[in-house]
Amino acid sequence: MTNWGLLLKIAKTHLITRIKQSSVAALGVTFGIATFVILISFMTGLNGMLDGLILNRTPHIHIYNDIKPSEDQPIDYFDELKNSFNVVNSIKPKQSQVRVHNAKALINFLEKDKRVKGVTPQVAAQVFYLAGSSQLNGRVNGINVLDEVTLFNFDNYIVKGSAEALAKNSEGILIGSGVAAKLSLDIGDKVQISNINGTIYNLKIVGIYQSGLADYDNIQSFANIKTVQRILGEGSNYISDINVKLHDLSLAPAMAKRLESEFDLTAIDIETANAQFETGTNIRNLITYAVSITLLLVAGFGIYNILNMLIYEKMNDIAILKATGFSGNDVKLIFMFQAMLIGLVGGVLGVGIGYGVSVIISHTPFETEALPTIDTFPVNFNGTYYVIGVAFALISTFFAGYLPAKKAQKIDPVDIIRGQ
Amino acid sequence: MKHVLQARNINKFFRDAEVFQALKDVSFNVDKGEFVSIMGKSGCGKSTLLYILSTMDTNYEGELVLNDKVLTGRSAQELAVVRNEHIGFIFQFHYLLPEFSVLENVMLPAKKFGLKSKQEIEHDAMEILRRLDVHEQALKVAAKISGGQKQRIAIARSLINNPTIIMGDEPTGNLDTKNSENVFSILKELSHENNLSLLVVTHDTDFAAKTDRIITMEDGKILSDGL
Repeated sequence: MTNWGLLLKIAKTHLITRIKQSSVAALGVTFGIATFVILISFMTGLNGMLDGLILNRTPHIHIYNDIKPSEDQPIDYFDELKNSFNVVNSIKPKQSQVRVHNAKALINFLEKDKRVKGVTPQVAAQVFYLAGSSQLNGRVNGINVLDEVTLFNFDNYIVKGSAEALAKNSEGILIGSGVAAKLSLDIGDKVQISNINGTIYNLKIVGIYQSGLADYDNIQSFANIKTVQRILGEGSNYISDINVKLHDLSLAPAMAKRLESEFDLTAIDIETANAQFETGTNIRNLITYAVSITLLLVAGFGIYNILNMLIYEKMNDIAILKATGFSGNDVKLIFMFQAMLIGLVGGVLGVGIGYGVSVIISHTPFETEALPTIDTFPVNFNGTYYVIGVAFALISTFFAGYLPAKKAQKIDPVDIIRGQ
Repeated sequence: MKHVLQARNINKFFRDAEVFQALKDVSFNVDKGEFVSIMGKSGCGKSTLLYILSTMDTNYEGELVLNDKVLTGRSAQELAVVRNEHIGFIFQFHYLLPEFSVLENVMLPAKKFGLKSKQEIEHDAMEILRRLDVHEQALKVAAKISGGQKQRIAIARSLINNPTIIMGDEPTGNLDTKNSENVFSILKELSHENNLSLLVVTHDTDFAAKTDRIITMEDGKILSDGL
């Protein structure tokens, strides 16, 4: 019969009477776990932010009509030459429209799909920004601004003005921060825009947009869909791009493939477009775990050492316990408890310190041109990492305690008593 | 009279560099309520015999019987339970757990046994300590107690589970004359008044002379058994 409470009490007494050694051992664990929690919170916070920077505003599926040559040339349909080696020189892209064919029907179809969270149509127009005699190459996207806000956090990138102001003003425009700087324009100013044919439109600046990617901000502006359709001189069924957001991101590749084959369009999914982000995230996580495990390994060796010493000191106690009826297993448990108590106390303390430092980091100012909406360091306060931290502490101390405890189990009391 | 402890043809070999026979065909019995001492010069095998009888050393030939139950060949786990329940120990160096209080030291084997509630055990432990006149030390830490008192506390600990037999390895060997006599009278009283069996290893002739029966050993053999 094993009397757990009694063994635990003996373990506790041993630890408390050697509070200095126990504290040093626990501090090793604390240090390892705190570092793990801080690193992983900061790293995943950073990952989340970087993902947000690109992934949150990237549609899960982007549908448009790409200009490209036909894959099958007329000669491929000619059966008599099927088995010959055919060469066609100077293939040109097929004459076709830039807009998505029958876009409204396609949007309706997508909105009915249960996997789809939302669909936003866009109209892209090639334009020139005019300021006095200078012309600036640019691009205006017509958007349903309020849908873009709900689905793609569009408002995160409006540094002046608001999305609502654009929604209310059919003559309004959200101008890219780079364009604004070059043309020295600000909110409330008017900007002249000319389309490719040279027709000039006057639009009022209701906000400034900054994505953090300079190349993008130097050319990009946003207006309402109707405005851009007017600039292009097209009707209300002219849609150049359709952005789809799904409930489950992982379904994107398969769905994009189906849409492509069913509707004869180009559909790019998020994973194909941003494969390198996944890789970066994984490598950062790997580094975090590697560093933390190394620290815990060092702490584990510390505990192993201290317990080994303790067992030499406690030879007499082990002999008495065994002589008075405690089995080897009981003695092993006593020392295992000591190791795991060190792990528990060290781990909980480490998680606490890790949380404290994470809070401090999350309040540290961090301002950069590239990230307009972020003013402090991003930190992820996910509870899972705190649970993993304590579990790590218990597992590493379990293994550090196991070998010394096994040794204590095997000590022969007769050797000790005889040796006196 | 009923035999409490029986040793039958015990042989013990040490196999270090060369084979050395420490015990040669040792057989004897201890009866209920008997106070037996084993005498002999150092190296005669008396301590070795005691460790075998105490079940702590299992590497021997022959048979050991306690309360009509054969103990030879049992697992270490089972023997630990037997020690806890039936055998009380007193060592020469009054081994107590130094970080625990006197009371906790006495209570420990009973808590391990786990039959009684904590209150009952505490009550019993205090009774025994009072009987041995060390109850005033009950709450002191064991490391801070004098040698003579420590040995009395060790005796109290050996009594806590109402053992079948108490074994002592030079229980007075490390004590001055006064304390030594004190401990002896306690043991004698336990044997006669409580009908408890005692088996004590000693090289102290005066001590042995006062016991009920003396077994003398030499070179691993029983030289004389004062039956």
